[in-house]
Amino acid sequence: MKPRFEAVVAWLEHRTGIHTALRKALYEEIPGSSGWRQVFGSVAAFLFLVQAFTGILLAFNYAPTPGDAYNSLRYIVTEVTGGRLIRGLHHWGASMIIVVVVLHMIQVFLYGAYKKPREATWILGVALFLLTLAYGLTGYLLPWDNRAYWGTVVVTQIAGQAPMLGPYLTRLLGGVGGIGVVTFARFYGMHVLLLPPATIALIAGHVYLVRKHGVTPIPADENLPSKHFHPGQTFKDTVAIFIAFAILFTMAVAVRVPLEQLADPSDTTYIPRPEWYFLFLFQTLKLFSGPLEVLGAVVLPGLAVLALILIPFIDRSRMVKVTRRVTAFAFVALAAIGWTGLTATAIVTTPHPDQAAQIDYSGPTEWLQLSPAELAGVASFRQERCADCHGTGPDGARLGPDLTRTSIRRDAAWMIEHFKHPAALRPGSSMPPIEVSGPQLNSLAAFLLRLNPTNASALQNAPDFASKGAVVYQAAHCDMCHKINGAGMLAGPPLNGLSKRRSRGWVEMHFADPQKLVPGSVMPAYKLPPQDLENLTSYLFSLPEK
Amino acid sequence: MPSDRTIANPPEVSGATRRSFFTAGIYAIWGIIAASLGAPASAYLFLPPKARKDESWIDVGDITYLTPNQPVEMAFRRNRVDGWKVVSEKLTAWVVKSPKGGVSAFGPQCTHLGCAHHWDEAKAQFVCPCHNSLFSIDGQVAFGPAPRPLDRYEIKLDGSRLLLGDLRKPEGNAV
Repeated sequence: MKPRFEAVVAWLEHRTGIHTALRKALYEEIPGSSGWRQVFGSVAAFLFLVQAFTGILLAFNYAPTPGDAYNSLRYIVTEVTGGRLIRGLHHWGASMIIVVVVLHMIQVFLYGAYKKPREATWILGVALFLLTLAYGLTGYLLPWDNRAYWGTVVVTQIAGQAPMLGPYLTRLLGGVGGIGVVTFARFYGMHVLLLPPATIALIAGHVYLVRKHGVTPIPADENLPSKHFHPGQTFKDTVAIFIAFAILFTMAVAVRVPLEQLADPSDTTYIPRPEWYFLFLFQTLKLFSGPLEVLGAVVLPGLAVLALILIPFIDRSRMVKVTRRVTAFAFVALAAIGWTGLTATAIVTTPHPDQAAQIDYSGPTEWLQLSPAELAGVASFRQERCADCHGTGPDGARLGPDLTRTSIRRDAAWMIEHFKHPAALRPGSSMPPIEVSGPQLNSLAAFLLRLNPTNASALQNAPDFASKGAVVYQAAHCDMCHKINGAGMLAGPPLNGLSKRRSRGWVEMHFADPQKLVPGSVMPAYKLPPQDLENLTSYLFSLPEK
Repeated sequence: MPSDRTIANPPEVSGATRRSFFTAGIYAIWGIIAASLGAPASAYLFLPPKARKDESWIDVGDITYLTPNQPVEMAFRRNRVDGWKVVSEKLTAWVVKSPKGGVSAFGPQCTHLGCAHHWDEAKAQFVCPCHNSLFSIDGQVAFGPAPRPLDRYEIKLDGSRLLLGDLRKPEGNAV
């Protein structure tokens, strides 16, 4: 076997020279001081490959139009096997690559590795950094949820403020007359067709230059024997890549990437925020107002990029030991403090989005279609721990029958009687009687009558505020006048889509004194305990429009 | 050419053990990374997505007035889950009432390569125009390259209304 393998290698080598090329690359001489600090470039390149890989997979199940993007992404995270993981890797990988690229730049900056003759390497690196940001900017829109939509509105507006170029940029980004199909197509085109080849070309150039000039030595390197890149440095790079990958994988598995509501251009309550790495720019923008705004939006960031590019030409001193580069350290520290301060301020000053209750649409949302009585039944189901015996789905407990699969050929009256005295109606049943109030028994029966394998997800996915809010709703008999999801009366206004019509403060005040806000209203005042009021209002605000 | 020699015989790093440890580590780590990306990617591409239920039984019409042994093409609409969408599509079935009153509903496609077959009055057979497969009135292959009898819809009768379920192969597997 071995001789045959070697024969193939020899054949290939003779035709292509690939073996020699590979060895040349692997056994390149590097300075004796090289080591762990040089791993960031490799990690960044690796993360780029992960992004490309997961991006291609996502594209296999994704439709890049405003009409379909959101639904196809929801399909990926809720129905496609492994889809949530692939999206998680792509989402967190995007953040991680920014972190790693910045660490790479800081390392190069601190060691002064950009100095003659490596100016071009540095400039290509800055270009790669900007490309990384461009991915973030264009990729942000693609889920087409509220966050994506409103974040992009702000970005295109900022681009429109650029001196002289503004109108052209707006046109280029398709942002004339608002964000729509054209912007979407352009962002997607840039994200998947323009940026990746550009990145590959720039990485190739960057790596070529690194090879051409060799890894930057430090002043004491003359005294150390030089090393070979492989296997010492390749091993360090590999370990660093593995650590990065382990962190990324853990995040993709453990931290759920939320999917918000479908983009709604008419939503006036949404508070747009950019991705975390752009928050400092966002905060900087707030320091300028009126005619000065263009300064914070375009001029200042533009100058910062220019300064970044010019660093090798500004600092032309000779190479010194890293510990003596006090100015460089001070500079990085200052930038870090400034960045942290601005980012923290932006986070702290973000108002809590209390207008609409936060719902994660990346999980099944069948519970949104339940009537208040049925949803209140979910609360009782949880409170009475029914699932301990009556499992739902394939891995549920099996002490009692699976309530989604046994076709319940009973009516509500039978079930309520059964809840109260299980053994009376089913001799030998080991089920303990359920001790909840009468209305809650009704709710529980209503919910169980509706329960099927499709909507059983409501048992896990309905947020606590919703099920508890529904209990309050039922207890206060709101359904005698109001209608939700088709259930209830129409003496008062139907409550679906309430969050679009009223503010949260208004609704809470309205509970306390309806007539003050709506003169002539026949609704009685409700003095609810704070927690109940909170749950009820959150629940009402989560109701979809019909 | 001294540089060529170094390339041909890479020098020892510091003993063969250290070297082989590095190499083994590199292979192991890349193996783990490839596996933990490859496995979910294969699952993503090759495992079926979580099934959403298609609409189950479709009422296609009244069969009281069907002439026995006279296949009739009946068209109906059904909602089908297509990725992230539910599409409403038009389907047809060849419905045959047997003289004893039993009903069969055949899928409209030839089991050879999927061409649409039709009932030929003169021959009293289902004829596929592509490769001349012929099927008898009970769906059995009478002639030609068709490998199996016609597919059948699951059937339910609600009084005189005919309800159709999934289209199944003769062995009972869903098509």
